[in-house]
Amino acid sequence: MTKYDAIVIGAGHNGLIASSYLAKAGKKVLVIDARSQAGGCASTKAFAKAFHVSDCAQWVHQLDDKIVKELSLEMHGLRLGRAKRTIALQSNGDHLIIDGDSLSGAGISGSDKKAYKEFSSQMRAFAKLMLKLYRTRAPKLVEADRGDKLTLLSLGLGLKMMGRKNMQDMMRLVLINIYDVMNEHFEHDGLKAAVALDAITGTNMGPRSPNTVFTYIHRMVGEALGNRGVSQVMGGMGSLGGALLSSAKTQGVEVRLGEAVAHIVKTDDRVTGVELSSGEVLEAAVVVSSADPTTTYRDLLGYRNIEAGQARRVEQYRTRSGTGKLHLALSGPPSFTGVSDEDHSQRLIIAPSMDAMETGLNPIKYRELTSQHVFDISIPSIEDPTLAPAGQHVLTALVHYVPYDLKTGWDSNESAREQLLDSLLAQLEGYAPGIRDLIVASEVLVPEDFEASHGVTGGNWHHGELSIDQALMMRPFPGSTQYTGSVEGLYLCGAGSHPGGSLMGLAGKNAAEEILKQGVLS
Amino acid sequence: MSAAERKTMLLTTPFHSRVEQYCELNDWGAWQGYTTPNSYFDVELEYFAIRSTAGVLDLSPMNKYRISGPDAEAFLNRLVTRDVSKIGVNRVGYAVWCNDAGELMDDGTIFHLAENDYRLCSYMRADEWLEWNALGFNVTINNESDDIAALAIQGPVSCTILTLIGCEGLNELKPFGIARFDFEGVEMMVSRTGFTGDLGYEVWIDPSKAETLWDQLFDKGRDYLIKPIGSNALHMARIEAGFLQADVDFVPAEIAVRPGRTRTPLEMGLDWQVDFNKPLFNGRVALLKQKEEGLRYRFVLLDVEGNKPAEHSFILKNGKQIGIVTSAAWCPTAKSNLAFAQVEMPHGAVGDEFVAEIYYQRELQWTRLMAPCKVIDGPLFNPPRKRQTPAPAH
Repeated sequence: MTKYDAIVIGAGHNGLIASSYLAKAGKKVLVIDARSQAGGCASTKAFAKAFHVSDCAQWVHQLDDKIVKELSLEMHGLRLGRAKRTIALQSNGDHLIIDGDSLSGAGISGSDKKAYKEFSSQMRAFAKLMLKLYRTRAPKLVEADRGDKLTLLSLGLGLKMMGRKNMQDMMRLVLINIYDVMNEHFEHDGLKAAVALDAITGTNMGPRSPNTVFTYIHRMVGEALGNRGVSQVMGGMGSLGGALLSSAKTQGVEVRLGEAVAHIVKTDDRVTGVELSSGEVLEAAVVVSSADPTTTYRDLLGYRNIEAGQARRVEQYRTRSGTGKLHLALSGPPSFTGVSDEDHSQRLIIAPSMDAMETGLNPIKYRELTSQHVFDISIPSIEDPTLAPAGQHVLTALVHYVPYDLKTGWDSNESAREQLLDSLLAQLEGYAPGIRDLIVASEVLVPEDFEASHGVTGGNWHHGELSIDQALMMRPFPGSTQYTGSVEGLYLCGAGSHPGGSLMGLAGKNAAEEILKQGVLS
Repeated sequence: MSAAERKTMLLTTPFHSRVEQYCELNDWGAWQGYTTPNSYFDVELEYFAIRSTAGVLDLSPMNKYRISGPDAEAFLNRLVTRDVSKIGVNRVGYAVWCNDAGELMDDGTIFHLAENDYRLCSYMRADEWLEWNALGFNVTINNESDDIAALAIQGPVSCTILTLIGCEGLNELKPFGIARFDFEGVEMMVSRTGFTGDLGYEVWIDPSKAETLWDQLFDKGRDYLIKPIGSNALHMARIEAGFLQADVDFVPAEIAVRPGRTRTPLEMGLDWQVDFNKPLFNGRVALLKQKEEGLRYRFVLLDVEGNKPAEHSFILKNGKQIGIVTSAAWCPTAKSNLAFAQVEMPHGAVGDEFVAEIYYQRELQWTRLMAPCKVIDGPLFNPPRKRQTPAPAH
């Protein structure tokens, strides 16, 4: 039987990136994914005949420039669209345009413009510092080895170099909520909400949830990684998956798609391979899972194969997402009031105020539907007409808040889904009158759907809530940090490991580097 | 019964009406939320009942968990450090368990009642930890602490007295064996187990029969000088027998607050309890690492010169503190002044000599005694009758 150096579970971006770096170092690597399409949450599907959407992640805003270069992703077909401006739609039509650190729009004051530049500059400084920590495994604090101590030293120096004010601010800000910080800085409700949206995307948190400044800085790391705002991937997100797949194959990675890993095989006290649902057993020196920690430990390895304390950590790891998605196939170009034709290709957001967002969050705490949603909209077919038939369009929107575990259940609960779709469209129509008449097909995805289609527990594309107690040196949880767990031969390389979620790729890269550094592969 | 009715905020055991009657000194202590006697009439005489006749201890406060279901054995094997499959049906095994960091949480006994049906007796409440351990196992855990009344009957005539109350053929029961008898129409389970290092039994019965059981024991045992014993007398006996006690000789991991205060089984002389051949148990990875990197402490039994118990003493080597005494007693039968101590590695090999810094008070005057002491191998009290089957008759 072929014995691999590493079997990587999941051909998501982190799985493929980890594989590529391992293969680049001369290791024999196999990647297995239950889905027939590579890319994980970077995927494209035709949700209606000839209408293609990025059916999970819709924006690239954190992808590491360095990885793109090192894995020659552009050569393998990755094409990013233009950096987009954010247009925060206001009900009175005086929209707010955010372009980098400059603001424009009828309703925005001079003092807000100035404050936003200052705020952005400070956040960028914080993000740059954070990136130091993101580019390496998160240091252990108590059992720190030499490498960990160097990381901490560099972090400490970086903190000091920012100057007294920034240092004090960072210590003060990372644990508090974005709501208070926005009110400290700005006047414009729409501006506050626009920033707050970036702090809560993909989470189960509201602007007033603790450590939402941390999640905002996490998002800003994207800029330090070479991104400017958000971009779409030409051809749909699946093309990013395709480029990663092609790059991995060029490195010699063997890829098996459409085959599910039934469980991780443990022989005596170590992991020795995987068993596929077909019953086939594959052996490897190490198994590297890019599945989320819950799936990895609870479902694939099994609680009875790990120590009880770790099973407890997994069980308590928070994974519920509050983000859903709306897909619309449109017979013609939609028209948002007060938005120029050209600007329809930008990122459009609907987040009237932070209070509206927080109010929208409240019902989902009690597992109920909310009627006040927050939208992060993309109409990708404007920049990329290949996604829809000529003259027609697709609209995708990340929508908050959608409960993961609706009280009445989502399963075959058509009325709840209809109610959700209806309330989304009603709200959307307030900004784009007549949009209902253009709809050829529609689809609403709730967190549970992402769980089913993409295998992410809780429907959480961060592979677990990105709160500070589950981040950095505590990601996903103590006892499983630095890409390893308590079981020899098993590694984590997904978004559930440091530095966490969004299409970034550093978790995969760091994990591969850590495995190579440990010298566990011959 | 309300707290007002029982005159204490502590709970009372099913034997309380009788215990209260016998507790002449009215010297009560708390044991896991229950009120139980520290001593009944005279600690030394109670101790001598254990060694010479029979002593009866109400051990109902012991936490008792019923663990059953198809995965019961697998569950226990992951929970404790020893190999549970080696405990046959109707046998009892001593066991210790750790958290993932290899820190000792508690020790106790596992009663193998039937195939995949066990009772775990623990010192600490373990409900939550057991529930977490049950994740992924097809197992039912039932806290039956209050559903079972238990008495320990320990000493040379224990078998004789139990036979008189209806345990026919009990003398054939091997150490760590379980036998069942009818008592007043209910099942009475008897195990040849105990905490005194002597011939002795523990009796497990429905609480409704607790008082009758007590009455019959003291009635039939009167001529054999059966006596109730409190925890102070047990303390002397268990030190003499070389048994360590959770929350006295080590700090259970779940209640340890200060860093570095917990100990691993390897550091408590319990390496014989740790079966690294098992591919998985809680703490295995951490304990393997510690085994490789070396222990911080060693748990030793000390023979201390003189007759002043070395309670809470510092242990010195060349004037420098290298350890502490965790429990100590003058042991009358062994005629030795014994102490358990945690000493820093590499100290503590058998034969090592230290000094115990003992403080004692006589008529307000504190005296400091520097008593030489020596690490000894194994308990000094270890009578053949403890192991003999059939148990010797009296």
